[in-house]
Amino acid sequence: MAARAMWKGVIRFESVKVPVKLYSAVQDRSVHFRLLHEKDHSPVRQAMINPDTGKAVPHAETRRAYRTAEGSLVMFDKEELEALEPDSGRDIEIVSFLPPQAIDHRWYDRPYYLGPDGSDSLYFALAEALGRSGKEGLAHWVMRKKSYIGALRLHCGVPMLMSLRHAEQVVPVDALEPPKGKALDAKELDMARQLIGMLEAEFDPHEYHDEYRERVLELIEAKRLGKRVKVTPIRRREATDDLAQALEASLKKERKRA
Amino acid sequence: MPDLRQSRRKAKRKTETKPKTEADSKDNTEQAQSKEKKRFHASGPRPLWSGTITFGLVSLPVNLYPANRPKPVSLRMVDHEGTPLARRYLCVKEDRVLDYDDLVRGYEVEKEKFVVVEDQELESLAPEQSQEIDLKRFVDLNDIDPIYFQRAYFMTPDKGVIKAYRLLAQSMQESKRAGIATFVMRGKEYLVAIIAEKGILRAETLRFADEVRTLDELNLPPATQPDAQRIKTMVQAITALSEDGFARESLRDLHSQRLIARAEEKLSRGEDVIALDAVDEADSSPEQGGEVIDLMQVLKQSLAEGRPPEPNEQPDSQPTIQAKSSRQGTKHDATDLEQLSRAELYTRAQKLKLAGRSRMTKAQLVEALANA
Repeated sequence: MAARAMWKGVIRFESVKVPVKLYSAVQDRSVHFRLLHEKDHSPVRQAMINPDTGKAVPHAETRRAYRTAEGSLVMFDKEELEALEPDSGRDIEIVSFLPPQAIDHRWYDRPYYLGPDGSDSLYFALAEALGRSGKEGLAHWVMRKKSYIGALRLHCGVPMLMSLRHAEQVVPVDALEPPKGKALDAKELDMARQLIGMLEAEFDPHEYHDEYRERVLELIEAKRLGKRVKVTPIRRREATDDLAQALEASLKKERKRA
Repeated sequence: MPDLRQSRRKAKRKTETKPKTEADSKDNTEQAQSKEKKRFHASGPRPLWSGTITFGLVSLPVNLYPANRPKPVSLRMVDHEGTPLARRYLCVKEDRVLDYDDLVRGYEVEKEKFVVVEDQELESLAPEQSQEIDLKRFVDLNDIDPIYFQRAYFMTPDKGVIKAYRLLAQSMQESKRAGIATFVMRGKEYLVAIIAEKGILRAETLRFADEVRTLDELNLPPATQPDAQRIKTMVQAITALSEDGFARESLRDLHSQRLIARAEEKLSRGEDVIALDAVDEADSSPEQGGEVIDLMQVLKQSLAEGRPPEPNEQPDSQPTIQAKSSRQGTKHDATDLEQLSRAELYTRAQKLKLAGRSRMTKAQLVEALANA
């Protein structure tokens, strides 16, 4: 089935302008449930309740408030919030070009494929230029009243935009301290590295399937037909006491398999 | 998604007339945080998932915490007078507010006919995977296409088991390999790449292949040979704009900053401000905004000590010697409480319903909590 474009924009840098269409590169495959009232299994309705009165407040009568660090609230009305929204437009502005992987997976949020919008030749020229330069563009755009930052890159030769998380949303590893302790045993480290080496393989995403989703759907089907479903209690595995011994045994087991 | 809380989120999106983002997973972190919050006890934030990493025959207990924070600003919904509202579920027939205990999760098999599914049933669909991340494969991190990466979680040692954690982190880091596994968290299966960096293990969830669209679906026009001069101009422009890297600063959320600036401006003028005292009961509702738990603090603490076993934990998890000694350190005495921010102390005071908490200074809160 052909994908439908979700937005149109124009990639711009220096004097370059390339009109493109955005397509979501991902699709939702989750099993969706609804919340029901336990008593009669009727779907529930969600509402905003005033805790003092216990009454639902209609959406039109609500306002938004910002909570300060001290806990006070500053209220905003709709017009004020709208005034703070970013100016919309069609520009996908590339502010700089970076070496590949300068922006790494930590920042990645959602991928969008880009297709041509009107001019095929400009589109393919962009793909070619990105390929030749080997760079990624750092992009800014406003889509549906929301500002985005993203990486303009190639995916299998096709231009794509990877939207990125904002700086405030990514916890820097540098700010954290790893667990500390005595120097690790050299022999144990060596065994662990050997074990990693024995388990090394290429990454093939097609090898993995969401089998659990299938099982959830089977469970639903079984229950629909009125079958009884057995529930197995979950027990957690115990931590290893003797690391060296466990590593040695693991290596032995892997060697046998090989 | 089978998670009850995620169903709530779906419902939330429906009633709020926020501009609909196509991004289903976009606000998951935010949700993850509120999920987490819902489960918080006075003893501190609980991880999103607790389980065991198995590596060969080595097993080590770990906790998962989000590595992403929610958006810097999340606005709360209030009524005309500024009373913070709580998100609740109503029985349509009886027109009354339901407790969370009155809710079940159902899958619509035909119009208005639902099959109810319990949490335990979902968990028992994959008993091993619900509690175990089995590292059976290690790959070169650069082999994983960016398109698969979804969201990051930090893994911290649990039950005081630190040595095995350090050993795995260090050996993976030195081998420059990421471990690949699948596991089940809150009713959903995840494919993950476990990455070791700076001695810390991180789980990056990856999309399953069928969650990524193929390029064939785009119906792209056949490639044409673009004009050589045009390509040259573009390459020159790319070179002109080239930089070696980017400053973290450049990825800041400007919209949120503008909002905060505007809020502060109004605060200084005393315009539309509801003072702290009046807001006292504000976030007694777990579903509301008002995120005050400091993720950083939680991460630092759990990395340092490994969350010790809870006193009421199942007897099948025998505490190790390290765990015993670290447990003493987390008793909630005044010294520990002093490490917390006032906002966090305030939340705890709220949970314990300490009287007069909104007027207390940080020191007073510490004292009141230590004696609680």
